[in-house]
Order: sequence, then C-alpha cells, then structure tokens
Amino acid sequence: MTELAIIPGVENPPVTFTQAEIGWTPWLQPLAEDDLTERHLHGLVEAARAKSPYFRLLVRNPEVLGARTKTDKDIFYNTRTGLPRAERELAATAASRSNGCIFCASVHSRFASHHSKRGDDVQKLLDEGVGADLGERWNAIVAASVALTATPPAFGDEHIARLAAAGLEELEIADVIHGAAFFNWANRLMLSLGEPTPAN
Amino acid sequence: MTQVQPDIIDLLAGITPGSNLDRIRAQRPETREQAQQSYLALFQPRTVDEVSLVERQAIAGFVAGLHRQPDIYEFYVNPLEEGAAGRWLVEILKAEIGAGQATGPYGNYPEGPLSGENKAGLLYRVSETNRDVLGEKLSAAFEHAHLLVFRLRDASPQALQVLLDAGWTTDGIVTLSQLVSFVAFQIRVIAGLSLLSAVSKRAAA
Repeated sequence: MTELAIIPGVENPPVTFTQAEIGWTPWLQPLAEDDLTERHLHGLVEAARAKSPYFRLLVRNPEVLGARTKTDKDIFYNTRTGLPRAERELAATAASRSNGCIFCASVHSRFASHHSKRGDDVQKLLDEGVGADLGERWNAIVAASVALTATPPAFGDEHIARLAAAGLEELEIADVIHGAAFFNWANRLMLSLGEPTPAN
Repeated sequence: MTQVQPDIIDLLAGITPGSNLDRIRAQRPETREQAQQSYLALFQPRTVDEVSLVERQAIAGFVAGLHRQPDIYEFYVNPLEEGAAGRWLVEILKAEIGAGQATGPYGNYPEGPLSGENKAGLLYRVSETNRDVLGEKLSAAFEHAHLLVFRLRDASPQALQVLLDAGWTTDGIVTLSQLVSFVAFQIRVIAGLSLLSAVSKRAAA
C-alpha cells in the first residue's frame, strides 16, 4: 500500500529569518520512540536525540545518520585549533540564509550570536541577507560560504585570497569550507522533510 | 581479503599523503573518517533495502552532473559503465543532466516579507521518452534530486507524495534525501579543498 506524506497545516508558520527558538515538524512519519532498537540508538549517537522527530525520521537509515552526526560534531565542536566556534556558526548561518532554510538559520544564528556576542550583526545578516555589511572578516566568511553554496559552486581563488587577507590561516579556511558545505547537507534535509513551526 | 578503501574526498580533491592539505585534514580526523563512513553507508550499504546500488550510483551521478563537476560525475557513473545494462542508463543520464542545467539556489519562500526574494527558475521534468525507459520510480527520484539541488526552498509534502506514489517508501525517501544531500556536501568539500590545495601549492612553489 502506498504510504502517505503528512500535511501538518501549521498555523502562523515562521515566514522570516529569526533567532527565535522555532520548532520543526516532519512531513514523513518518524519511528516511534518505543520502536527504536539498539541499531537505531547507535545511529542516534546521543540517546536524548530520540526525543526529536527529525532524528527519529532520519534514523530510518541509522548508519548514515550516525556517520553524519559525527561529521557534524567534529566540524562545529572540534575547536582546539582552527576557526573559533562563532565563525563556523556564521558560515552555517550564511549557507542557510542563502539556501533559504529558516529553521537551520534560526538555530545557527543563535549559536553565532551567543559565541560572538555580536547579535546585532547576526540579525543584520538575517534581515538584509548575505550582502549585509558585517565588517571585512565576517564579510569574507559570508561571501565564501555563499559562493560555495551556489550550484554549481562559485567558490574561487578570490574567496581564498579574501579570507587570507582577513587573517584566516589554511586550517581556518578549511573550517569555513566544511561549515558551509555541511549546511548544504543539513539545509536539504530540513527543508525537504518537514517545515518550521512557530516559537512557543 | 579486506580491500583498502581510498578516502574519496582525498582522492577527488587530489590530496596526497604528506601534503599540506593532508596535514590540515589530519587535524579533523573525525570529519575525515565520518565523511568516508557516510559515503560507505550510502554507496556500499550492508543491505540495499529500498534503493538499489544502480539507483544510488545513477542519482549521485545526476547530482554531480547538475553541479558541473566532471570528475565527481565520472567517479559515480564509472561503476555503471562497466555493465552493458548500465551503459544505456549513462546515455540517459547525460541527456537528463543536459536538460536539467540551471544556476541555484532559486525558488519561493513562504508567503510574506521574504516573497520579494523569490527567484524563478527551471522546473525540471524527465523527458517523456526517457521516463518510459527509466520507469516511474527512478524518474521521480531524478525530479526530486533536481528540486533538492537547485530549489530546495520549494520543497513540499506534495513533492514527497509524488515519490510515495511512484513506489518509494518512507525509509527509501530518507535514504534518497540523505544521498542527494550528502553528495551536495561532498562536492562542496572537494571543490573547496582542491582549490585550497592548489593555492597552497602555488604559494609553496
């Protein structure tokens, strides 16, 4: 029998980019918490993720979800060396703003604001879009992330030169590349498997 | 005997052992390892379940072709070219990649203040002739992959229903979505790191 997509009929859905704690609801049926096996729990990486309908949907392919989650954590949280956390989150926010993922942009703009203490600049990126003037170092990170997000990618020598001129070393430039590239993975899942819901 | 697997991002970005970029990647060992594990989970899965290996390679080749990345396209379609059954599929792939060319991201925002940023673009459909040959399931996957590559903000529950009606299951759609999205990630890491590697080599020369 053909399965059915969920049409949630969200009232007052978020229609602008925001740093508010909005929610997300799936268009396909997540697994039930009670049905999760050891294999699923292994794919979730953290047991607490069983509470999230997004992860309970993705865990229908536990091996891919597990590897993806570990990639995500290393790109954003392994900050002993390389780019500060705030600027990795800035790259994630810029990719999400460019692709149009209101949900991903809300989460990662909050992280960018929290770690940078530059909430007004982050809000400017959300409000004005990827052309907003945020100072040269951030402008260079946003421009590189947006160029990499384009299809086909428009990332060129000039973006690397601009990042280097703004003071980024090679490992830090690699972190910008990974932060933006990863959100080209995340945005495509979040946008296509469900939709944002209003903040409580 | 266990076959030693090359790291696909290193392979396609031209990163060689001992090079500057090799040392940079070594500082993110988990990123390197898990990006490879993601690739293996999608393209050498322990069970193919809902999505056949041929479908996986063809969809990845389609995504790489839409990104105009010839080396990555070749990497994904090469396994298809080895069998006679796959050769016709590669011919169709080339035609459909040609028909699907566009520049993204484009598409529509939910109605409201962002509507001013809506950007029109190609709404790709598999040609009637090729649809007959590919079948409904793979044709629907190509059309969905095109949506995810270029106009992801146009995604909708109706687009998922089209996949379900074409014979995809919920589990199959999760794998398909991960596959297209992973390849979109992998392409950007390869494009970014290969350029960084080239700049680094020029600076050292």
